[in-house]
Amino acid sequence: MAAAAAAPGPGSGPGDSPEGPEAEGPERRRKAHGMLKLYYGLSEGEAAGRPSGPDPLDPTDLNGAHFDPEVYLDKLRRECPLAQLMDSETDMVRQIRALDSDMQTLVYENYNKFISATDTIRKMKNDFRKMEDEMDRLATNMAVITDFSARISATLQDPHERITKLAGVHALLRKLQILFELPSRLTKCVELGAYGQAVRYQGRARAVLQQYQHLPSFRAIQDDCQVITARLAQQLRQRFREGGSGAPEQAECVELLLALGEPAEELCEEFLAHARGRLEEELRSLEAELGPSPLAPDVLEFTDHGGSGFVGGLCQVAAAYQELFAAQGPAGAEKLAAFARELGSRYFALVERRLAQEQGSGDNSLLVRALDRFHRRLRAPGALLAAAGLAEAATEIVERVARERLGHHLQGLQAAFLGSLTDVRQALAAPRIAGKEGPGLAELLANVASSILSHIKASLASVHLFTAKEVSFSNKPYFRGEFCSQGVRESLIVGFIRSMCQTAQSFCDSPGEKGGATPPALLLLLSRLCLDYETATISYILTLTDEQFLVQDQSPVTPVSTLCAEARETARRLLTHYVKVQGLVISQMLRKSVETRDWLSTLEPRNVRAVMKRVVEDTTAIDVQVGLLYEEGVRKAQSSDSSKRTFSVYSSSRQQGRYAPSYTPSAPMDTNLLSNIQKLFSERIDVFSPVEFNKVSVLTGIIKISLKTLLECVRLRTFGRFGLQQVQVDCHFLQLYLWRFVADEELVHLLLDEVVASAALRCPDPVPMEPSVVEVICERG
Amino acid sequence: MEDDAPVIYGLEFQARALTPQTAETDAIRFLVGTQSLKYDNQIHVIDFDDENNIINKNVLLHQAGEIWHISASPSDKGVLATCYNKTADSKVVTCAAVWRMPLELEPGGQDSPEDAASPAHALELLCHLEPAARGSTACVAWEPAGDGKRVISLADNHILLWDLQESSSQAMLASSASLEGKGQLKFTTGRWSPHHNCSQVATANDTAIRGWDTRTMSQIYCIESAHGQLVRDLDFNPNKQYYLASCGDDCKVKFWDTRNVAEPVKTLEEHSHWVWNVRYNHSHDQLVLTGSSDSRVILSNMVSISSEPFGHLVDDDDLSDQEERRLEEKSQEPPQDSVIATYEEHEDSVYAVDWSSADPWLFASLSYDGRLVINRVPRALKYHILLTRRLRCPIWRRR
Repeated sequence: MAAAAAAPGPGSGPGDSPEGPEAEGPERRRKAHGMLKLYYGLSEGEAAGRPSGPDPLDPTDLNGAHFDPEVYLDKLRRECPLAQLMDSETDMVRQIRALDSDMQTLVYENYNKFISATDTIRKMKNDFRKMEDEMDRLATNMAVITDFSARISATLQDPHERITKLAGVHALLRKLQILFELPSRLTKCVELGAYGQAVRYQGRARAVLQQYQHLPSFRAIQDDCQVITARLAQQLRQRFREGGSGAPEQAECVELLLALGEPAEELCEEFLAHARGRLEEELRSLEAELGPSPLAPDVLEFTDHGGSGFVGGLCQVAAAYQELFAAQGPAGAEKLAAFARELGSRYFALVERRLAQEQGSGDNSLLVRALDRFHRRLRAPGALLAAAGLAEAATEIVERVARERLGHHLQGLQAAFLGSLTDVRQALAAPRIAGKEGPGLAELLANVASSILSHIKASLASVHLFTAKEVSFSNKPYFRGEFCSQGVRESLIVGFIRSMCQTAQSFCDSPGEKGGATPPALLLLLSRLCLDYETATISYILTLTDEQFLVQDQSPVTPVSTLCAEARETARRLLTHYVKVQGLVISQMLRKSVETRDWLSTLEPRNVRAVMKRVVEDTTAIDVQVGLLYEEGVRKAQSSDSSKRTFSVYSSSRQQGRYAPSYTPSAPMDTNLLSNIQKLFSERIDVFSPVEFNKVSVLTGIIKISLKTLLECVRLRTFGRFGLQQVQVDCHFLQLYLWRFVADEELVHLLLDEVVASAALRCPDPVPMEPSVVEVICERG
Repeated sequence: MEDDAPVIYGLEFQARALTPQTAETDAIRFLVGTQSLKYDNQIHVIDFDDENNIINKNVLLHQAGEIWHISASPSDKGVLATCYNKTADSKVVTCAAVWRMPLELEPGGQDSPEDAASPAHALELLCHLEPAARGSTACVAWEPAGDGKRVISLADNHILLWDLQESSSQAMLASSASLEGKGQLKFTTGRWSPHHNCSQVATANDTAIRGWDTRTMSQIYCIESAHGQLVRDLDFNPNKQYYLASCGDDCKVKFWDTRNVAEPVKTLEEHSHWVWNVRYNHSHDQLVLTGSSDSRVILSNMVSISSEPFGHLVDDDDLSDQEERRLEEKSQEPPQDSVIATYEEHEDSVYAVDWSSADPWLFASLSYDGRLVINRVPRALKYHILLTRRLRCPIWRRR
């Protein structure tokens, strides 16, 4: 077993080891290490220190360095049986043979290689020797060539220098020749009118002449040239001043003059002066078009003329100037800007005058087109002359015109509103032909509303032209923002609605004597109109506006609710005023009837007085009138079912109960007490209280005012017995007919009861009429 | 505040006539005239004890008839004038007379009010103010600053100036003027201006207000259509000579500058029915009192047209004042015309309101059902007025 393990052959594999492969791995590696160490002569002690593994000093190790065949053999012989010895022997023989053959092969191969290397080295030695010879030859040849070339260049140096000098002399002579010929050439050029050529010559020679002017001959030439140049300049200026030729030629003259070294300042002054002359002529012709002659062309034509004549001219001038006097720097540009500004402002003044003439006309489209042209034409010089601010000024003019148009439209709308009010007045005042009813209030209202609405729409449409896409100024920030929001929405639409409310309110503000001129029906109609505006029309109009003019501006605008509140307030005031006016009419009737009668000596009542019938009639008429425009409104539930009869019974029984104690003369306090107690249970009556938007409320207001007047008037009079009875009859009559108009019939009862009570107090001899008699009289009358 | 609570006094009869006892400057005393057709009419002399909040009354009989208007002499505490209705031969005539109150009453409030058993004293008739052409006298006005000798009475369309002689026992018609025009013109009320040496009187007829010069008895100005309807009352600003307040059936109170009568200076529209009475406070003319048949009494603060400095009047002060002024401005907003208070103690139409002649912070109002209410100006406002006045006075002087 140990021998197998010691055998170097791969055959003695790990498989033989009784311990697993894991244990054997490190064992073998250590063995290999040991052999390497041995080979390199590392200390044996170190190796010997290893307790495990085969001892390298073991003489029995076949591969060990201290192998002792004798010991090995002895050991074999001693330890192994015969069969194993035999096996060892055969094995050993086989191994020796294999090793021998291996060694032979190696020796043979190495010998071959050595021989071929030796051959190669020998050949190389030969080749190098040949190459060395050729290199030597090449070096000698190169030396010869260098020598030759140095010699040649030395020989050619001299002629070359001479040639260079001659060429210089030739050029100089040529120049001198030109100089000498210059005066005559210049003269010729001037004579021929080839000013450009002359100037070019002069320009070329000037520097030289300047340099050599200390030489007499050059001096002479220079003087000659100067004379000629002066003449040339003279002629050029002459041409320039004549000015008849167009702007390009002038520009050429100026260019030449500049090249001649004429002072640029002076030239640009002169240039501008000429340009001014021409442009002023344009302006004059424009002004002539403006003039008082009735055949002034329309505004479109006018702006066309201005655009092509003046603005075109200005563009040319500006372009030429900038080209010519670019060297002038900012001072020159400033001069041009000032020039353009001055003339531009004059042009604008003319345009504005023309536009002002247009202010009255109603045609927006023509105006917008004219403004568009005007604005468009000014964009070119605007870009050219940013400093002159022409484009800005033009935009400003357009904006101003737009604003004025808005104002114009606002006025137009107001006028239309007033006009339609006048129509209504006329329709109301027109005498009614019997059988043929005039237009009803509702119809009139519809007419007014629709006419105002159509006017507003027309105005919006025509103002809308200003913001059309194809118009050149519509994308200016003003037209995108402020014009839409502040201009159209606020000042035009909101302004109109406000002024409408104000106009309507002014009918209320005028005191009695003037307010009398306003027919009450008109008040009623306006009130309904304002109420309609509050409920629907305002929001409709504003939505329409916002849609047409996509308002992008962020500036605050009047909210719909504010306007609606204003309209509602107006409607309320108008209606309240209507109530007051109508109440006053009836009040006056009642007051007159109480004041003018002699109540002390009146006769026993047989009839209801005519004035009471009149009051009822008028109230009925008002009821009908209001009913045309306003809804019915809410009544207290009790009255809706109560018939006339039950009411009158109720009221007369009440009267009896109330008056009975007051007629007993022993208790003067009782009336007070009673009326006070009664008042405790009733609410205070606000006579002129705000009105709600319905028929019942309106009529309640009117009746309240009338009855309160009656009460106050009665208190100022003294009644006889029959006077009191007459009042009783009248009040009962009113009670019979007025209850159905009011929201709360209790109110009528209260007021009328108080009237009768007051009359009783104002009567020295109060004997009331029998309620049944009162009823009879009332039913009869 | 208990102190500010109104004091209410009830009369047994209807009443329209109220006046402070003008000559009395110590005690707070009002005279009220009743209206009754069936019983003897009375004049109630009402003393108000400010400290104890108690009312003392004395009743004087006015047997001549129901009282429509009453006015007290500005110089003699015991003398007063009434306009009253006489019913005779089924005709009603309004007359005017000057009366003297019984002497023992004059010291005021000595009789206990509970002493109902004692018979009421009667007034002593001094003289009648009877015009030759008999008409209904609407109103009697005493010369405000005089010695109680001159009286104006308005009868129908006549304006009559009387001279009272021999301690008012004789009335001599000094001069008169008449209003001519279409229809039946009738004066409704009149007021004697305390300015211009008491030479001006203002009257109202229908919707017009007219000014008269008592020396020549000629018209000096006329405000046609001062109100939309009947003008009910007038009052002169006691401190600003050209300012006049008027009220009427259009529920409005208007303030006029008599030099320019085209437009009112200011218009108030606070009442919801006819305004029967308007009165300036005698000392602080921003306080204006109005009574109306909507049974409300309204006290307004008309700072903007009062004689008291207001707003920017003190603007042009020199620099030293500026800080002071700034402080002042910070502490208080510039005052605005406003309603101070609405008094709703009445349940019937209020036909008369007036300030006390003794206490400038106290006023009385009378409604038709005979309820007399005595009220005070709210205390906060009172102090405010007093303070601002004291603050401002030095500034004037420095100027």
